[in-house]
Amino acid sequence: MEYFLSEEQKMICELARRIAEEKIKPVREHYDETEEFPWPIVEELAKADLCGVYIPEEYGGTGGGVFELCLAVEELCKIDGGIALVLAATALATFPIMLFGSDEQKKKYLPDIAAGKKLAAFALTEPGAGSDATAIQTTAKKEGDSYILNGTKCFITNGGEAQVYIVIAMTDKTKGSRGASAFIVEKDTHGFSFGKKEKKMGIRGSATRELIFNECKIPKENLLGREGQGFIVALKTFDVSRPGVAAQALGIAAGALEDAINYSRERVQFGQSISSFQAIQHLLADMATEVEASRALIYTTARMIDKDPKIRVTKEAAMCKLFASDVAMKVTTDAVQVYGGYGYMREYPMEKRMRDAKITQIYEGTNQVMRNEIALALIKEAARAKK
Amino acid sequence: MNFIVCIKQVPGTTDVKIDPKTNTLIREGVESIVNPFDSYAIEEGLRLKERMGGKVTVISMGPPQAESALREALSMGCDEAVLLTDRAFAGSDTLATSYTLACGIKKIGEFDLVICGKQAIDGDTAQVGPGIAEKLGVPAITYVKKIEEIDQARIKVERMMEEGYEVIETNLPALITVVKEINEPRLPSLKGMVRARKAEIHMWTASDIECEKSKIGQAGSPTIVNKIFTPPPRKGGEVLLGDPEEQAEKLVDKLRQAKVI
Repeated sequence: MEYFLSEEQKMICELARRIAEEKIKPVREHYDETEEFPWPIVEELAKADLCGVYIPEEYGGTGGGVFELCLAVEELCKIDGGIALVLAATALATFPIMLFGSDEQKKKYLPDIAAGKKLAAFALTEPGAGSDATAIQTTAKKEGDSYILNGTKCFITNGGEAQVYIVIAMTDKTKGSRGASAFIVEKDTHGFSFGKKEKKMGIRGSATRELIFNECKIPKENLLGREGQGFIVALKTFDVSRPGVAAQALGIAAGALEDAINYSRERVQFGQSISSFQAIQHLLADMATEVEASRALIYTTARMIDKDPKIRVTKEAAMCKLFASDVAMKVTTDAVQVYGGYGYMREYPMEKRMRDAKITQIYEGTNQVMRNEIALALIKEAARAKK
Repeated sequence: MNFIVCIKQVPGTTDVKIDPKTNTLIREGVESIVNPFDSYAIEEGLRLKERMGGKVTVISMGPPQAESALREALSMGCDEAVLLTDRAFAGSDTLATSYTLACGIKKIGEFDLVICGKQAIDGDTAQVGPGIAEKLGVPAITYVKKIEEIDQARIKVERMMEEGYEVIETNLPALITVVKEINEPRLPSLKGMVRARKAEIHMWTASDIECEKSKIGQAGSPTIVNKIFTPPPRKGGEVLLGDPEEQAEKLVDKLRQAKVI
């Protein structure tokens, strides 16, 4: 489908494709096997200016938006759905600074992130607070010119590797969801350490780790937005970051589809290529249709966000994440089917895509939470229309 | 310091077709790329600039579409690009090409080092680099795999041989041709690509570079290509059976028959 990309957007795609093909493809198995963090790839992304595609030029980025981020993430994920997460997860923690940060905070953090010198991580989830984010137990107590953080965050993408952390903590438990605040915490702050590094089913080239705050003292200037705004920061962030996760799912699915088509033309059974069998053709047709629908939804939502940041996109962002991740799971499963026995073998890149795809249905809000948000928005819209 | 990198645009495939009438490459419908060996030359030029300061100018001779190869070099970080393009250059062999590029380099002005890839993947002659050095009157060192030392006046390099390498030192200005062992070329950057798209490429014709008409294009090319063909694949050998004495006898017979001995 023709999406009428600008010259610069085409360049982003071309560059991301080249990095994926030339730099990531030869090492994707290595990172999947070893679960090492792909620092050499981060350097490649940095040198290519891809770390700042969604950051304004005045802060060292290339001045694109959510759409440019999605394009880069999609292309990278066609080859590897885990490694590209360094970029998407950093964006998840950079958006709150872009949306709520003061001038000083933006000047302090955005240029290094745009240049790829620093990665970022977003920390909301806790052992007892996943879908029920309001149940978080981490606290931030104000003492003079500082806040003291105590608590544990888990499943934090880029954890241990990132230099900048956005942490949601309770500043006033009596106020419930209005008692949370967002903070910027830098790595190497006294009282901030890292716990267990998770061993995962997929996206194994991405670091997922526990963050531990023990009497961690940070200056009050590190409060992001106002006190009590923590969940607003989180929700507004998800509105712009979910298309990025959706783009990850889209890339994984699109890569699987491309490989499945090529494989079906090469693989011979019963004396002919399996692409000549209708059973395979229909599978490929469904896969391609779903991938394209997913792309159209994501691109349209991303363009909406970039065109007018005032439009509320909670529903559309949730739809992107929900649809693209379900499509990714289905398409990668079917792609393994097209590959048959070879698809199940780790020697081929297909089973990995299936493992990588699964997480996209779970993180940045489970797909069940996505459906709740979409439904809530629908009901609100209908109620408003009645008035 | 001023570094000049010579590049050539070549077909992005080894499966090239030859026009049987003109004995030249058919370029239509084939994706064009920067000659891979020239990418190492670009990278080395950029690394020298980063180390020593100065400027990297990239130059090519070719049809107007060779502009895209120069833009690729600019997107990697080269400062200026020159394309020598004129119908009068058409049909150049390696001698005329060397002369034309040397004239272009003279027009660019002062330079310290010219860097070329060891050869182009289409013609595979490896003649143009040394040819340019000859026309410029500077020393040439081919097959450089490492620059050991360089300062304003001298360069010391490792020249790759079949076994081992030579260490050669010479005065600047000079010309080197590089092999792929020298570095790993960088990818372009997004900012570089945006800059390269807008950058002006200097387009120079024969009259711009003060060259003698008799030394350029077909007129300046003593090489005559009669025919280009792919040699037929060699047939498998013959195995002589029997004990060593019998084999030796059979072999001597065969060699006598073939009038080798």
